[in-house]
Amino acid sequence: MNGKRGRPQRAPNSGGHRRDPLWVAALLHRISGLALAAFLPLHFLVFALVLKSEAALEGFLRWTTNPAVKLAEMGLVFLLTLHLLGGIRILLLENLPWFAGHKQLVAGALLTASMLALVFLVRAA
Amino acid sequence: MGDIAVSLWRGNADGSYQVYRVPQRDNQTVLDVVTWVQRNLDPTLAYRFACRVGMCGSCAMTVNGRPRWTCRTHTTKVIKDGRLEIGPLANLPIIKDLACDLRPFFEKWQKARAVFSPRLTRQDAIERIAPTTTPRLAADAAIECINCAVCYAACDTVRWNADYLGPAALNRAWTLVNDVRDTGNSQRLAAVAAAGGCHSCHSHQSCQQHCPNALNPTASIAGLKRHTMQAYLRGELE
Amino acid sequence: MNVRLYVLQRVSAAVMAPLLLIHLGVIFYASNRGLSAADILARTRGSPLWGAFYATFVVAAATHAAIGVRVVASEWTRWHGAALERLMWACGLLLVALGLTAVAAVVLV
Repeated sequence: MNGKRGRPQRAPNSGGHRRDPLWVAALLHRISGLALAAFLPLHFLVFALVLKSEAALEGFLRWTTNPAVKLAEMGLVFLLTLHLLGGIRILLLENLPWFAGHKQLVAGALLTASMLALVFLVRAA
Repeated sequence: MGDIAVSLWRGNADGSYQVYRVPQRDNQTVLDVVTWVQRNLDPTLAYRFACRVGMCGSCAMTVNGRPRWTCRTHTTKVIKDGRLEIGPLANLPIIKDLACDLRPFFEKWQKARAVFSPRLTRQDAIERIAPTTTPRLAADAAIECINCAVCYAACDTVRWNADYLGPAALNRAWTLVNDVRDTGNSQRLAAVAAAGGCHSCHSHQSCQQHCPNALNPTASIAGLKRHTMQAYLRGELE
Repeated sequence: MNVRLYVLQRVSAAVMAPLLLIHLGVIFYASNRGLSAADILARTRGSPLWGAFYATFVVAAATHAAIGVRVVASEWTRWHGAALERLMWACGLLLVALGLTAVAAVVLV
């Protein structure tokens, strides 16, 4: 059972603490932030289409009625809501006296983001 | 009871795990297991312990991927399928086998100015500090740290950011920020407001979850964030 | 990350929280009625209020994203020092430039 060069391996039978809810929440917050940051320039470029012509924007918006695009938009709504709610939890943690219940808040944020994303999909369909 | 297949890290950073068969007993801690190997199988095994009763923090190691005090870890709580994996604490250079070099941990303690700077001397009368003031309560909630480095080993931000001072140093700095007898606050706030200071903390709370003394460095660091932000907005920091 | 970047990050987050709630409201309202360019522009064209709303949103988002990307890069890549500064400014300026262009496109008559 040779270890990898450079550092001890993580134990094979445990995930370590990297499956703890709060660590996963932080990871989701980071990934959603990166995804939103990558999406933003595209979002801005879409609206800049109007500088070409209103018809150019209209053409793009027609394209977004495609179900695959609606699914992707639902994903964006999910990531946006998750990042917002997670961010609010951090702002509260950092600026208010310590409170318990972070795991429950994270679960609540996931639930709210999922529900909002589903509602979006249903309304947009 | 049968045997446990115990993987122990041998060597330094270029080492590897080696498996030893250790008889499982009732009322056995992970420290007992390591000691049994060293006494009965391989006297060259290097590891640390002192009090063996959960007071000194010397026996901290990585057990199945999590940092813990091995003298306070019952084997029945951690054995999986008759196997156990023990390594040195993460995020610190390995000296040999299960013993790591704690110097970086203590150097960051100094860098965070987590050191008491008294105003009075032994010639002065002892200052009366009421235990019920808000700052003293905040300090007391965080004061029981014994520098075992479990939180430091558990912290992913320490793993990702070589400059990060870490939960223990910042937690102690917070107790001193709240200590009315201390005079070193302006330098201390500057130290924890710099790169690698309290603002690098992402509030994963791994420190709080693993601290054997049930301390909450995440909360202490949040307090430091508030104090440094206020000092910055008042123009007292760069 | 230091106190200066932290304050900018958190303040831009706090500014965006209410703006985002309004933005989500607009998304839900618009997507229900069927998204069309005419609808969007009827709302935004010549409106100083929407102009101010979206311009503030753009600047806050650019600040927040640029610092966020910098922190992630400092922890997950081997970049450091000046390279991180350049990355942060590049992201921030790109987002501000594209964002304010988009705002101007939909607001200016």
